[in-house]
Amino acid sequence: MNESLKQPVLLVEGLSKAVSRVGDSVGDNTGDENALHILDDIGLSIQRGESLAIVGPSGAGKSTLLGLLAGLDVPSAGKVILDGEDMFSLSEDDRAALRGEKIGFVFQSFQLLPSFTALENVMLPLELQERAEPGRDARRAAEQLLGQVGLTARMHHYPSQLSGGEQQRVAIARAFVTQPALLFADEPTGNLDARTSQQVIDFMFALNHERDTTLVLVTHDHQLAARCERVLTLQDGRVQTLQ
Amino acid sequence: MTGRSSTSFSFAAIRLSLRMLGRDWRAGELRVLFAAIVLAVSCVSSVGFFTDRIAQALMQQTGELLGADLRVVADHPLPVEYDQKAERLGLHVAQTRSFRSMIQAADTARLAEIKAVSASYPLRGVLRIAPQPFARERLTQALPAVGEVWVDPQLLQALDAKVGDYLQVGFSRLRISAVLTYEPDRSGNMFSIAPRLLMTLADLPASGLIQEGSHVRYHLLVAGEAKKLARLRRDLTPLLQRGERVEGASDARPEVRVALQRAQQFLGLASVVAVLLACVAIALAARRYARRHLDTCALLRCFGASQRRISQLFFIQSLALSLLAGLLGIAGGFLAQQGLVVLLGDLIVRQLPWPSWTPAGVGLLVALGGMLGFALPPLLQLRDVPALRVLRRVPMQAIPGRGLQAAALLAYFCGAAMIVGLVVHQAGELVLGGILLAGVLMALMLLWGVAAGFTFGLHNLLRVVSRRSLRGRVSVWHLGLVNLTRNRRATTLQVMAFGVGLMVLLLLGIVRGDLLQTWAQRLPADAPNRFVTNIQPAQLLSVQDFFTRQGMTGVSLFPMVRGRLTAINGTAVSPQQFDNPRAQGLVRREFNLSWADRLQADNRIVQGRWWGKDAGAIHELSVEEGLAKTLGIALGDRLTFRIAGETFSATVSSLRSVQWDSFRANFFVLAPPGALDGYPVSYITSFFLPQGKAELLNRLLKAFPNLTVIDIDAIMQQVRQIIARVSLAVEFVFLFTLAAGLLVMAAAIQSTLDVRHHENAVLRALGARRRRLRQSLMVEFVSLGALAGVVAALFANGLGEMVARQVLEMEYVFNPWLWLVGLLAGGLGVGLAGLLGTRQVLNSPPLAVLRRL
Repeated sequence: MNESLKQPVLLVEGLSKAVSRVGDSVGDNTGDENALHILDDIGLSIQRGESLAIVGPSGAGKSTLLGLLAGLDVPSAGKVILDGEDMFSLSEDDRAALRGEKIGFVFQSFQLLPSFTALENVMLPLELQERAEPGRDARRAAEQLLGQVGLTARMHHYPSQLSGGEQQRVAIARAFVTQPALLFADEPTGNLDARTSQQVIDFMFALNHERDTTLVLVTHDHQLAARCERVLTLQDGRVQTLQ
Repeated sequence: MTGRSSTSFSFAAIRLSLRMLGRDWRAGELRVLFAAIVLAVSCVSSVGFFTDRIAQALMQQTGELLGADLRVVADHPLPVEYDQKAERLGLHVAQTRSFRSMIQAADTARLAEIKAVSASYPLRGVLRIAPQPFARERLTQALPAVGEVWVDPQLLQALDAKVGDYLQVGFSRLRISAVLTYEPDRSGNMFSIAPRLLMTLADLPASGLIQEGSHVRYHLLVAGEAKKLARLRRDLTPLLQRGERVEGASDARPEVRVALQRAQQFLGLASVVAVLLACVAIALAARRYARRHLDTCALLRCFGASQRRISQLFFIQSLALSLLAGLLGIAGGFLAQQGLVVLLGDLIVRQLPWPSWTPAGVGLLVALGGMLGFALPPLLQLRDVPALRVLRRVPMQAIPGRGLQAAALLAYFCGAAMIVGLVVHQAGELVLGGILLAGVLMALMLLWGVAAGFTFGLHNLLRVVSRRSLRGRVSVWHLGLVNLTRNRRATTLQVMAFGVGLMVLLLLGIVRGDLLQTWAQRLPADAPNRFVTNIQPAQLLSVQDFFTRQGMTGVSLFPMVRGRLTAINGTAVSPQQFDNPRAQGLVRREFNLSWADRLQADNRIVQGRWWGKDAGAIHELSVEEGLAKTLGIALGDRLTFRIAGETFSATVSSLRSVQWDSFRANFFVLAPPGALDGYPVSYITSFFLPQGKAELLNRLLKAFPNLTVIDIDAIMQQVRQIIARVSLAVEFVFLFTLAAGLLVMAAAIQSTLDVRHHENAVLRALGARRRRLRQSLMVEFVSLGALAGVVAALFANGLGEMVARQVLEMEYVFNPWLWLVGLLAGGLGVGLAGLLGTRQVLNSPPLAVLRRL
């Protein structure tokens, strides 16, 4: 095992998030009486190639935690260190660039662009990375991934012409196309029926293994959580268990 | 790790922007935005191309338009000295004389614009003739031979004559040897009341057409080297007498220039209204586009795009879109200008050259200004969309933003600069541009106010009615009106947009007709319709006798002395003293003086007293009040005139109002009998010639070939035709305004489309029938259009009334059709367009819509 494998890909220390009652994020002063504490002092370490499920009842702070881990939101206190880099010491734009380089996303509501075909949706993250010949490379990579999720025949279809399961498979292909070190999934099966969910989960884990990606997902789905190596249970913004 | 996000304005960025633009285009997201830019550019460039072609004709072909490089124009014979000076300098010279006179063929007589030319005419440009009317024309260096004339095809037709026939021209009989199809120094139809007859100068004296009191333009044409021309101009300037002027390349054809300037200003400003509306459509469409891209931007941020990158993406997209739409708009404008050329072209200049590239440049600037100024600001706001939106909904209003960014401010500035620049460009000067811009904005604000008041009032009224009559049931009316008032500002905007377009169409389509008709009806049926001028003193008795023998006893002959005003109260007057072009013209040229002992029925003393039979009144004058006002003449002023080289002075003892449209012979300045004795005089009369009595004129002209008969009916007919064509041209430009109104509506409908989809899906899921929903949409759009129609009728009526009172000084008869036509046209037109625009709302299955949400 080499050095980089021992180092956690994601290290979380004392992560807290509080918002004022009107919804604005509050700063370090988490003792503010008017503040609503969504997350409180979360600590966590995730190794490369590991899979972690974040579970908990509605309102426990799962999605907020995911947003903070991915650098989509800023915490009131604490640190998130991604591959050795303290995310919140970076500017918003540098964080975005870091996301583009290292993180992939799968969302509950798929978040496919309606005016793009399946293929174009998958190509988009690569197109955003300025490469010499993004067009051809991006297309090849996107076609290959769509093939892997079984959508070769549907790649020129628009999201509105695809079923929920197919849309989520497109989203999975899009998440893997940049070969991210870390994949965040927010309720990836939340909008799908049981059978389709199973199919989508299979694709996600197959790609995860094949590409040695670290997987962090938020879910209500016990079946899905059970397939992860570790499960973190949140309750009222605190880590209840981490198995 | 700093600099990780620094992205350059790279080729890759451009490629990605264009690719995303292409995808949005394919998905139909850009149609209204694109159409609005195309429309704005088409409108501006069509007017631009058209006026540019006329300006080009004036600039490139000035020599041709003058028939020379330089010309001296006068209303009296020019001194031979001028010719000699030019010849001594080695310049080429030619002379022409132009005047109107009657021409007779076998049994018919017609007024013609006669031009008699010397052998070297024209010095610039070439004549074109044809052997027969409508036969193939050819260039010619020749001129009509002595004893021959060339005539317009129209004159041939009017006289029912053919090539080879003889015409009576004054006392001479001249043979028609060719049809004249083109003459370089002739302006458009608007400036000529009669067709052309070209003859040689050598035939002129024998015709006896030029006599005392004849209205003749004398031209000395000069051509040659620029240096020598400049020298000649320098030499001639101090020698010029009153009524003489030198015209060069830059000051040629003032009448054509004025017409061009008016066309440019009026049509240009009409196009600005369409551009303003198109910009509103652009802004509305861009807001929706931005709203629909919130998720895209959140996702892009999620995938690692920096804020700068997002701004770049939309900036490049805007630029590309505006260039593309701009080019298409220019092409559309070029096609559309052909319409203006057909309607107006030959009124101003006979032959138009190819346009320059300037209007295309202006079109592109409009495209860029419209897009950057009105679409970019909401798009730039997208850079502030938080990436967190991918997990949680954040509405557009809640996007943090940092107030107005510098880039957005710059973008707004671009838009404002484009509009101001455009108005100034169309007006041709800064101050006038500012005044006109303020005028247009004030008019639009007034329209906005009325539209807003109507929208508000009708909404409240109908809400009360629908509530009372339907007792809580959701009525079709209620549904429709709720939509109409969902965004009252957008509704007001649409009422205003359609209101402007419809108003102009009503004004030009109905009110113009009403006004002309009312005016025509006000004239008595037997108002004089013929003027006879050029009657010489020796013919006075025999002409009078002629009329008496025809049973026309009431025909009076009035003496007419041509004089030029040279001084008021001993101070010399010059055209430069006056700003008013009419005043300048009145001072520059001779006008008609007359004498009378009795005041005519259509004259009224407004100040001072009429001399009556007062024998001592020989040094008094009575001046028409309009002339007095224009030239600043007051009661008691002493006026000095130059008449046939001599000076005549008298004091103003009364000011008169004259009812000019009585069509009787009237004069600016009247003197008591005897005061003008000894000066050269000719006589004028006017009379009513019943239809079918043209024979009488032929007999009159056979007996007195030097007389000039002016056919008022024909002139009125021509004026009516010109008004009709100018109106059509203005309507043509305002069609763009209507189209812009439709685009504003399309953009407004689009901006509510998502909500409409949702509501209709819910209503249909709850059991509402499609027919009912369609009816509610109809209520919405028909009310909108009807409101716009009423606003349009209100303004058209008001403007019509204003024109009637201020310009025509008569009562405007209220036309109920105006309101009905406005209401129906607005209701039907907008109703239909609205239903078309929302048909997809009714046609999408509710389940598909609900699933999408």
